[in-house]
Amino acid sequence: MADFRLPKNSRIKKGETHKTEGDSDKVKRFHVYRYDPDSGENPRMDTYEVNMEECGPMVLDAIIKIKNEMDPGLTFRRSCREGICGSCAMNIDGVNTLACTKGCDEIKGDVKIYPLPHMDVVKDLVTDMTHFYAQLASVEPWLKTDTPAPPNQERLQSKEDRAKLDGLYECILCACCQTSCPSYWWNGDRYLGPAVLLQAYRWIVDSRDEATGERLDDLEDPFKIYRCHTIMNCTMACPKGLNPAKAIVETKKLLAERKH
Amino acid sequence: MSLRTPLKRAKGLGAAGDGVHHWLIQRLTAVALIPLFIWFIVSLVSMTGADYATVSQWMANPLVTILLVLFIGTLFYHSELGLQVVIEDYVSSKGSRLTFLVLSRFVHFFLAAAGIIAVLRVAFGA
Repeated sequence: MADFRLPKNSRIKKGETHKTEGDSDKVKRFHVYRYDPDSGENPRMDTYEVNMEECGPMVLDAIIKIKNEMDPGLTFRRSCREGICGSCAMNIDGVNTLACTKGCDEIKGDVKIYPLPHMDVVKDLVTDMTHFYAQLASVEPWLKTDTPAPPNQERLQSKEDRAKLDGLYECILCACCQTSCPSYWWNGDRYLGPAVLLQAYRWIVDSRDEATGERLDDLEDPFKIYRCHTIMNCTMACPKGLNPAKAIVETKKLLAERKH
Repeated sequence: MSLRTPLKRAKGLGAAGDGVHHWLIQRLTAVALIPLFIWFIVSLVSMTGADYATVSQWMANPLVTILLVLFIGTLFYHSELGLQVVIEDYVSSKGSRLTFLVLSRFVHFFLAAAGIIAVLRVAFGA
């Protein structure tokens, strides 16, 4: 019924240590989760010593330096290095965040880096996001209307209605919140999760969208939305400072409102 | 490897069109339990050391009987809704999930009925 330990092939072993010469108080140690499914071996934690005097300030700078100079096999996603693409989401120092916006000096002592929790690992810090993206697609995150667009202008929206999208449109879909949520860990197959529910709400409150009712119909389900118990790990984790928990509460309020 | 698309898996069996009622009633019973609980505790404490006759006389008061029955009913209703959520959260295999859900409902209804009947028997002096 319940599993209290990781399956045998997922248990993390101690890995190798890559040492660095230099002034010891300038050296920071990075413990990084390594897993290669092709090798057939268990995951392990490798340790890399990085001289911070020769390294950029962010965690992403450090792991790029590790990959370039110490271990070209280390695998992770990254692209924009400025917190807008969402590629480098990982679990750093126990919190899901973006490696590119997390400063090494924000972390006291050694830095522990794991992939996003409770996701299938493709290799090292790269997780399989297929189901997350499919869930996002399932809420149809685009404008749906029956009224055709006015021929000579945009679909207009009042300033007040536009303001309702603030705190929602900024989401970069990095999945930091999604994979920090215990409800998503236990029932991720059916629970849509904070990131997807925030996107759903972004279209529910859009004054130009005409499918509000159908969108609410599609969410009205004990598992799709009501697995949220307002744990608020999502809000704690969001590297963009957004509040998915609030978006979910607002959606629940709308679902209740239309009953009476 | 599955030949089904990821979207097929994500959509699953679709929305059940349910859940709002459960959510609302869980909150409604929680609100109702606040005054009921305070009243119940205060009453019990104020009767510390009282004999059976005093307590059964208290319970025979119509208002007290009503409040006690409501208290027990609301308490077990709320508890059933809460435990249902816990089971749905943590029991992942389909078969045991259903078993626990049914068992929880049976036990809660039994305990609620037992409590209410006990109150009524004392109140009506059976």
